[in-house]
Amino acid sequence: MIQALIMDNLPALLIAVPLLGAFMTPLTGRANDTVRNIWVILISFATLTAALLLTYEVLSSGTIVYTFGTASPSLPGPPDSGGILFRIIFAVDAMSVFMAVSASIVGFAVALYSIASNSKLSGKDGYYALILLMQAGILGMVCTGDMFNFFVFLEINSLAGAVLVAYRVDKGVAVEAGLKYAVLSTLGGLMVLFAVGLFYGQYDALNMAVIADNMQYGMLDKIALVLMIAALAMKSGAVPMHFWTPDGYSMAPSSATAFLVVASQASLYGLFRILFTLFNVTLNWALAGWIIIILGVLSMFVGVTMAIPQKDVKRLMAYHAVSQTGYMLLGVGVGLAVLGDETMMNSFGMTAMEGGLFHIINHAMYKGLLFLTAGAVFYQAGTRNLNRLGGLGHHMKWTMLFFVIGALAIAGIPPFNGFASKLMIYESVFMFSPVLSVIAMVVSVLTLASFVKVFHSVFMGPKLPEYENIREVPRPMLIGMGILAFLVIIFGIFPQAVVDTLISPAAEALVDQGGYISSVLGGA
Amino acid sequence: MILQNLPYFASGIIIITGILMMITKKELIKIVMGLSLVEAGVNLFLVATGYITGSAAPIFTNADSDIMSYPVVQAMTLTNIVIGIATTALLLSFIIVIYKKYGTADVDKVRRLRG
Repeated sequence: MIQALIMDNLPALLIAVPLLGAFMTPLTGRANDTVRNIWVILISFATLTAALLLTYEVLSSGTIVYTFGTASPSLPGPPDSGGILFRIIFAVDAMSVFMAVSASIVGFAVALYSIASNSKLSGKDGYYALILLMQAGILGMVCTGDMFNFFVFLEINSLAGAVLVAYRVDKGVAVEAGLKYAVLSTLGGLMVLFAVGLFYGQYDALNMAVIADNMQYGMLDKIALVLMIAALAMKSGAVPMHFWTPDGYSMAPSSATAFLVVASQASLYGLFRILFTLFNVTLNWALAGWIIIILGVLSMFVGVTMAIPQKDVKRLMAYHAVSQTGYMLLGVGVGLAVLGDETMMNSFGMTAMEGGLFHIINHAMYKGLLFLTAGAVFYQAGTRNLNRLGGLGHHMKWTMLFFVIGALAIAGIPPFNGFASKLMIYESVFMFSPVLSVIAMVVSVLTLASFVKVFHSVFMGPKLPEYENIREVPRPMLIGMGILAFLVIIFGIFPQAVVDTLISPAAEALVDQGGYISSVLGGA
Repeated sequence: MILQNLPYFASGIIIITGILMMITKKELIKIVMGLSLVEAGVNLFLVATGYITGSAAPIFTNADSDIMSYPVVQAMTLTNIVIGIATTALLLSFIIVIYKKYGTADVDKVRRLRG
């Protein structure tokens, strides 16, 4: 009975659990710290469980359409409604659960890590509430099938993110970064809302499937598309709209930064969802594909070149995050550029898209791991300046090991997960355009160079007198990093299994617009 | 024609004014004011799409339900107003902190993050 109730309402629970958890956190914090910590861990574990169960359901029985306020989407409304119904629906397909799983794994690791890394600081109630709120926003963005609902979750996500960036005021510098992030994401959110208004004016609908079904690709649709691409590419930190990323990522507390990476990826998901599900082949796909590819190549190259001279560990990693986002855009962009061409799509387009999507989950894992190790270094040494750090490998062996795993994964060295997805991108993009593939490889080499430098200046060298008393970080932090490191290795050793179970269905769900429309509208 | 589309033109003008203000002004408060203008413009645009000539307001009067306009955009606008209040309050509180810490709210002087 209870079990059936839970299974039937999984999509709602996925949002309800972290939302309830977020607003209950300050209350549990009134009791004492331990109660609140246990509560936060429980909630993020429950969210992870819900996401995994939902993944199992979707992968075994297809897209789940969940309608709020009624038992089934096909039920007629009350007699005085005039026959037109606006219902908020969640359309959870393979792509959605893929993002939900990646977000909730990182969320769980971040919650574990924060328990220890925040133990000496004040304002913990608000911090955990915001983390959970942001998780609710991310999960809502990836599950919803309604354009306006997407905007609302986008705003929840951005506001919680902006406050997290500014949370440790840090002489006002963090607030400066938070203000930048909040202004830009609000402006982006308003652009999305304007585009939603354009869609509503034309199609009388907010439901993505209905809009996709009626898509004309007229002048107004083009304006809406441009607004959405600009807003969501900015939120995901693609060059030339990347300037908030290094500030935001470097000033946020490290555990929050690992989660901000996932928040950016939710915007990336929104971008792909709009391009593929809403427009698909009605779009001028070659042109749109090339726009995404150019955004991707610019992000890759500018990101990595800006990263090399950085002296702040987290700022350096933030620029690498921009650069890695480029790989995802490149992979999916190549898929989009050959979308309408059956033979090219089958020969390399699908592989490119799978590579791009695979890189999303891999990036969430290894980038999360790297930011957490940077946080561990900052936690013990009290500085993020590369020129002042050194010799920490003598004291922090586990952190060093995790850093090496993350660094090799981001540089695309086998047998870590970054290699698996990058190889898929190299191979497929090479068949599309060899030059792009070569650029991607060069960027990878530069990434490696940059991380060798970080590794050397943080962990290598003789013991420094000022770091004489440093010890390894507390165990919950190590466990949080360990979960991510474990997944980085597992995904790297068995890439094919991951691609077959998670990534291919996601890529197919994204490309197959007809399938999405019929699964949502089929019953109605 | 012009009269009918007046709300759309007005919302366009308000949005563009807001964006120009955000770009040209140096005072942080004025940037947030520009952002609020953009938001007001978007709200006006949303409400304008909801009005259909000859339809009745969607409230409980004795009007025939066939001629009522469907109140989706109104609901959307209300939601956006609430979100806008929260955002503006948050941004202004950020500016207060910045002013306290830096002693100024001028964009040219609030630039400790760079590179």
